[in-house]
Amino acid sequence: MWEYTDKVKDHFLNPRNVGMMENADGVGEVGSLACGDALTLYFELDENEKIKDAKFQTFGCASAIASSSALTEMIKGLTLDEAEKISNENIAEFLGGLPKEKMHCSVMGRDALEKAIANYRGEAEKKVEGEIVCECFGITDLEIDRAVRENSLSTIEDVTNYVKAGGGCGNCHEKIQEIIDSNLGMKHPVKKKAAHLTNIQKIKLVEETLEREIKPVLKKDGGNIELIDVEGNIIFVKLHGTCASCSKSQVTLKHYVESKLQELVTPELVVEEVQL
Amino acid sequence: MKVIYVDNNATTKVAPEVLEAMLPYLKEYYGNPSSMHTFGGKVDRNIKEARTSVASLLGAAPEEIVFTSCGTESDSTAIRAAILSNPDKKHIITTRVEHPAVKNLFEYLSKNGYRVTFVPVDSKGRLDMDYLYKNLTDNTAIVSIMWANNESGVIFPIEEISRAVKERGTVFHTDAVQAVGKIPIDLNKIDVDMLSLSGHKLHGPKGVGALYVRKGTKFSPFLIGGHQESGRRGGTENVASIVGLGKASELAVAYMEEENTRVKQLRDKLESEILKQIPNTIINGDRENRLPNTTNVSFEYVEGESILLMMDEFGICASSGSACTSGSLEPSHVLRAMGVPFTAAHGSIRFSLSIYNTEEEIDFIIEKLPPIIERLREMSPFWQE
Repeated sequence: MWEYTDKVKDHFLNPRNVGMMENADGVGEVGSLACGDALTLYFELDENEKIKDAKFQTFGCASAIASSSALTEMIKGLTLDEAEKISNENIAEFLGGLPKEKMHCSVMGRDALEKAIANYRGEAEKKVEGEIVCECFGITDLEIDRAVRENSLSTIEDVTNYVKAGGGCGNCHEKIQEIIDSNLGMKHPVKKKAAHLTNIQKIKLVEETLEREIKPVLKKDGGNIELIDVEGNIIFVKLHGTCASCSKSQVTLKHYVESKLQELVTPELVVEEVQL
Repeated sequence: MKVIYVDNNATTKVAPEVLEAMLPYLKEYYGNPSSMHTFGGKVDRNIKEARTSVASLLGAAPEEIVFTSCGTESDSTAIRAAILSNPDKKHIITTRVEHPAVKNLFEYLSKNGYRVTFVPVDSKGRLDMDYLYKNLTDNTAIVSIMWANNESGVIFPIEEISRAVKERGTVFHTDAVQAVGKIPIDLNKIDVDMLSLSGHKLHGPKGVGALYVRKGTKFSPFLIGGHQESGRRGGTENVASIVGLGKASELAVAYMEEENTRVKQLRDKLESEILKQIPNTIINGDRENRLPNTTNVSFEYVEGESILLMMDEFGICASSGSACTSGSLEPSHVLRAMGVPFTAAHGSIRFSLSIYNTEEEIDFIIEKLPPIIERLREMSPFWQE
């Protein structure tokens, strides 16, 4: 039997704000019957753009229902900017904690909230981007990467508990481990490896880093990056899609791509954008 | 709060008579049955009596019974013994719906040099017999097929299977943990080589099981040690529990008819009232060939753990095949093997009764359950009346 806190039990047995909302300003749907849990979150805004009311419908276990109920209570009275900052950890904290195997319930709440806000703002529903890593539950590398980053996860079991990935057939465990490793690498960059790179090794490593680390992040915002050339320590790249026209692209380059490459390839690298 | 226990396929209440029979062996009769003195010798005699009681329940001879620590140990012992006795045969057969005690051992063996055939079942949980026969070869070291399924309650045609398997000269083992004590078993008539049972499933204590090994079956012990159990299982006997299992076996014989009449009627009442009162409800498993005490019901559009925890508020104890209750993320392998859609598997509840259940208890469940399902469905985004 799960060790649920009294607050989880309370929100499960006496869930707040259950039901559909006819004229909701924002609606977010996540999960499915097949996955074993699903949540539809509704909110309504007042004239000051603060969340006046929130409702939910949930199919799932006790902690899924409790997380949904908690979420509706947490967001009432908040502006969307404030609500947006709620993390899955906050939901779990509100409930006095969740069993680790049930953390994915809090992640589901966070995801539904994000979707509902995006729905209100008229942002096109974010397509599933990145690559599906876990076929059983349809979880992408980006989702796994985010969970690992935001919750400092360090084992495959953690990842399964938070986003379900790896909880089915287990074929993706190796890929999940790679994502965990690359995140651990971010915190503890292995710099000594960089010292004796031949040109070919350097180019290969740059390519790999772009593919694995940088492209998925840019793609998330509708952009992409292409490696054009490598001259000594200068890396020439071309930006595509929204990145190319984005006024922030210089910032993206300097602060993200470069630092990422410096960290994971060699600290001497400089990134230059080319316009072809 | 009164506990209404309808989870008897998980474990059972220790019968008061069993407890009473056991207590002296935890107090005054603490002798070692292997000792030469009269004090120990008495205990040895009591173990013999227990062995006779277990044998009688199965239609076996006392010397064919080996006491173990649990059903899992019995399964592991049988399967490993068959493999060790047939070192040249590298193929083994089981089903897709076995208990983890067998399933996980076969999966382990499949990674360690054995080719494994997992026989599928149909949507009612019935075994694909043609598939079994087609895959049976001279290279097959053992066929291990459960007598009755713990989740669906479906009973497999063990007599027919054993005949086919024995014709090929292959060792046949059956995990009868769920069948023993619930349905009559007569090993004089059914030719199985080895059979596993567990004490706590038939109102005996936990921590004791038995393996039936037919006379003449090649055997090697799993626990190698002293001469106990005629050299078939080393280790000082768990005397009190063995005596308890003996008593539980006697009671099982005495209550067999009640199990198959009154308990079955209670199960049928529970099942038919659920179907009548709650729409979008499905019974999982072959209703024609089922343990008399078991029903496995899927409530569509709701999730099993939520149902269980809401029933728990009324003291009602049952089980679910949903993902969330197991700690894994996928619903029960048995229901998936049966092709029960995920949508129904997540909302499956198993009720398993015993002779200790009363009609009042069943009526209480029938009263409390429909509002629980209704409440959860009202919460569900998928539910539309």
